[in-house]
Amino acid sequence: MAARTLYDKLWDAHVVRTDEDGTALLYIDRHLVHEVTSPQAFEGLRLAGRRPWRIDSILATPDHNVPTVDRSLGIEDPISRIQVETLGRNCSEFGITEFDMSDPRQGIVHVVGPEEGATLPGMTVVCGDSHTSTHGAFGALAFGIGTSEVEHVLATQCLIQKKSKNMLVSVDGSVGNGVTAKDIVLAIIGEIGTAGGTGYAIEFGGQAIRELSMEGRMTVCNMTIEAGARAGMVAVDDKTIDYLHGLPYAPSAGQWQQALASWRDLRSDGEAVFDRVLHIDAASIQPQVSWGTSPEMVVAVGSRVPDPQQEADPVRREGMLAALKYMGLKANMPVSEIRPDKVFIGSCTNSRIEDLRAAAAVAKGRKVAEGIKLAMVVPGSGLVKRQAEREGLDRIFIDAGFDWREPGCSMCLAMNADRLEPGERCASTSNRNFEGRQGQGGRTHLVSPAMAAAAAIAGHFVDVRDFD
Amino acid sequence: MDAFTQMTGIVAPLDRANVDTDAIIPKQFLKSIKRTGFGPNLFDAWRYLDQGEPGMDNSKRPLNTEFVLNQARYRDASILLARKNFGCGSSREHAPWALLDYGFRAIIAPSFADIFFNNCFKNGVLPIVLSEDEVDRLFADVAAQDGYRLQVDLIGQRIITPSAAEFAFEVDPFRKHCLVNGLDDIGLTLQYVDDIRAYEARRRQEAPWLFSEPA
Repeated sequence: MAARTLYDKLWDAHVVRTDEDGTALLYIDRHLVHEVTSPQAFEGLRLAGRRPWRIDSILATPDHNVPTVDRSLGIEDPISRIQVETLGRNCSEFGITEFDMSDPRQGIVHVVGPEEGATLPGMTVVCGDSHTSTHGAFGALAFGIGTSEVEHVLATQCLIQKKSKNMLVSVDGSVGNGVTAKDIVLAIIGEIGTAGGTGYAIEFGGQAIRELSMEGRMTVCNMTIEAGARAGMVAVDDKTIDYLHGLPYAPSAGQWQQALASWRDLRSDGEAVFDRVLHIDAASIQPQVSWGTSPEMVVAVGSRVPDPQQEADPVRREGMLAALKYMGLKANMPVSEIRPDKVFIGSCTNSRIEDLRAAAAVAKGRKVAEGIKLAMVVPGSGLVKRQAEREGLDRIFIDAGFDWREPGCSMCLAMNADRLEPGERCASTSNRNFEGRQGQGGRTHLVSPAMAAAAAIAGHFVDVRDFD
Repeated sequence: MDAFTQMTGIVAPLDRANVDTDAIIPKQFLKSIKRTGFGPNLFDAWRYLDQGEPGMDNSKRPLNTEFVLNQARYRDASILLARKNFGCGSSREHAPWALLDYGFRAIIAPSFADIFFNNCFKNGVLPIVLSEDEVDRLFADVAAQDGYRLQVDLIGQRIITPSAAEFAFEVDPFRKHCLVNGLDDIGLTLQYVDDIRAYEARRRQEAPWLFSEPA
């Protein structure tokens, strides 16, 4: 057989049938479900008199609308409450496993899936959420889908797909101290742009990716969609296998060896050909801060806000001018002079235990600066929260003046009560700095957890490597 | 889904690149559990001067008169002309639902984000990719002529301008077939139930752990 990429292998293993024009029916192993993109799909299923094809493939949890403060009070916003209750009703009607708001395992669907072992190497994983690319960190083919496709997977366990092209992003060498997975992926997006990966599945490789923990790989794959690619992935290695061993949904003892044997092949063959290959020198990556309203508008913390007058392309120049206006920034000002009003540490990009440890290491023994109106830490799941509390991270954050919250998507997209007010500026570990993303008129700067914590303490953006 | 064969409509120009789905339909409107009713909140943050929330009477809200859809000449538009990477960001199908509910049936741009592009076809909205040069020319033509209309011929895969100039476009044959006939994907896939079951049986042998639940 010809040499294949990891993506080729995952694709081939899931094709049920292919039409002459290349349109394939692709089998889906794992379907993750949350409250926002599923109600219309369940309703469609009911109207057509259909049932879910394989309920054991589905795992559901509410995350977007859930409050991050005292859960015993329920959800104040009646529309949010109806959406969360609707998920509960749909799951019980069809017999689907749901980690509801009172379940200690509830959390952001992209944190919950991996920590339960519900995401496994070699799987196809889908969810009505673009950040499903996260799960590719396990050598899985994982991508976000719309609600019509959610219904399609529920009804048929399959999706109608055309194969993407193959791209390899190789991050060569090692990153320096204080440079994290978030900085790697922001630097990649800054390099290829938000449409650079459109039409591709991206495999992340190279020494710097192999050196990342599973949490770090999830952060990188999570933001693949911000580079325009639906799916990002990393080859399976010992770290992948060690992470999964003993998790609730991982293969049982009797099946473990058989699974391992199959997972070991989940890497691109040495001779495999990619349609596009990009090499990035890890040592050149600095801690990143986004300055604009698109994740590609990102610079190293030590630099200045770019000047639109230096941009030759008129459409890009207009975009930069509009972004500076929206963000309330001046061209050429040092990034270190930007002062956030709020700090958000959380989201499916950066709310895992390693992220909280990194932020706590910076916050330990320090205080949030006076100019910061709110600094909040929102763990990705109930299990992350409990682990952090076992390690005493909650005390570090609380003593420093951070809010310690209940798990959910929270202020990444502000569907619950956590949001920016118009004009407010946020240092955020989330994934999107679009206009209004964290609240209408809100201004988002994307950074790593350590950089967010450092900004909270200093009151302005600061190079975390100079911070001790 | 309504079938799409050909249409003629007024073109509204949205002259910015990387329009994301958060801009197309902001998050507060995603709390609805319906597929319809999103049209009045399409581009909500750009279209109105106040902060939009679900349940508001949108007819009473102050309009941003500078926004293109609030200009009288574009009010009845059914074709949206946009710049590159339209529909990037979130997978929310509420974006094509909002565009459709407002009255758009076709969107022309030099490129689209993958998930949005796919979601459009599932809802009878046709995303059309033209070259940067062709899109530039259409932006100029729309600005120059009040009531500028285009004819979109999906069967013939071409756009026809008022001066009878034609632009050809590509469309995936399967997606075209579904759109032209207004076909439901699920119904089509369920023709292959036997194939799916055969795949499942084989896979259950090869990788049984994919079919087991937690103890």
